[in-house]
Amino acid sequence: MMGYISAAIVPLMFFGIILFGFIKRVKIFESFVLGAKDGLETSFRILPSLVALLTAITMFRASGALGIMTDFLSPVLELVRFPKELAPLAFMRPISGSGSLAIVKDILSNYGPDSFQGRVASIMMGSTETTFYTLAIYFGCVNVKDTRYTVKAALLADLVAMLTSVYITRLFFY
Amino acid sequence: MINYIWGGLMLISLVTAFATGRLEAVASAAMDGAAQAVTMMLSLLGVICLWSGIMEIARESGAVDMLARLMRPVTRLLFPKIPPKSEAADAIVMNIVANIFGMANAATPLGLKAMKELSRINKSPVASHEMCMFAVINTASFQLIPSTVIALRQGAQNPFEIIVPVWIVSILTLIAGCGAAKIFALRDAL
Repeated sequence: MMGYISAAIVPLMFFGIILFGFIKRVKIFESFVLGAKDGLETSFRILPSLVALLTAITMFRASGALGIMTDFLSPVLELVRFPKELAPLAFMRPISGSGSLAIVKDILSNYGPDSFQGRVASIMMGSTETTFYTLAIYFGCVNVKDTRYTVKAALLADLVAMLTSVYITRLFFY
Repeated sequence: MINYIWGGLMLISLVTAFATGRLEAVASAAMDGAAQAVTMMLSLLGVICLWSGIMEIARESGAVDMLARLMRPVTRLLFPKIPPKSEAADAIVMNIVANIFGMANAATPLGLKAMKELSRINKSPVASHEMCMFAVINTASFQLIPSTVIALRQGAQNPFEIIVPVWIVSILTLIAGCGAAKIFALRDAL
């Protein structure tokens, strides 16, 4: 049932948006092309940082350093039943968008998208934002010296996202 | 921060590789990682274009504005001190709706505009509760269709199966973030 809703939402949204565009007499094809061009630019803009970070993460795994790091952390992570393979993603997620995308890619190609790790990584990535980057540009544009409790509240929310991603995956798929 | 992380990853990899005798494996991993980044971007390119194209139709047709009007009561709840007809309130709802639709290119300028409006009301170098709340909402951003992740999941039995779990996690995250911001604000007021 949930799988069916998940699969149906995208086609339904396309249908609704195109139909609404027709009713409002929007030149839908021209609009689409204009928007797609925007998407093209975004994709090319992230490529250089993606190359830098995916190279670094692939090297980090191949050198054995990733394994050492996650093994070192695993006793603490086991206390909250958090899979150690996902710890690097949880740390990178609030800091760098391209970095965490590179880690998700790495997890998906190493464990597969239908694996437990692959599913948690996907859910974690989809439900969170690059917290520090967002805060930096949002408070950077105004003259604020003291952001008070913002970082605390935002990181607390991220922590909730990391933990619930794991529990929701167990609940939904296993 | 990203400079240290990237530099650290590279240096630690090379030192570990040297110590464990995996230099060859790491050298080929470097080439492989760089190439993978390009294939990854190419596989994402189509979906990102498709999504941006569909969202442009939603924007031009006024569907996004309509949803923004529906969102107004929510902002009144989270930002009780911001007048509902003000420019700040407008920018806030438009930013939230753009985030829901995954229109990152549109959401950021709207968010910055909202921040500037809130700061004009605030007139202080110390962030107002509204500014903190708005920033927290953006860091816990709720996205209806996580299209980039879905595109990365090509080859899965059902790449879309994560949508409903993502909604649940996002809502819990948003509640945690807004709840924490409200509680911290109340504690500050005491």
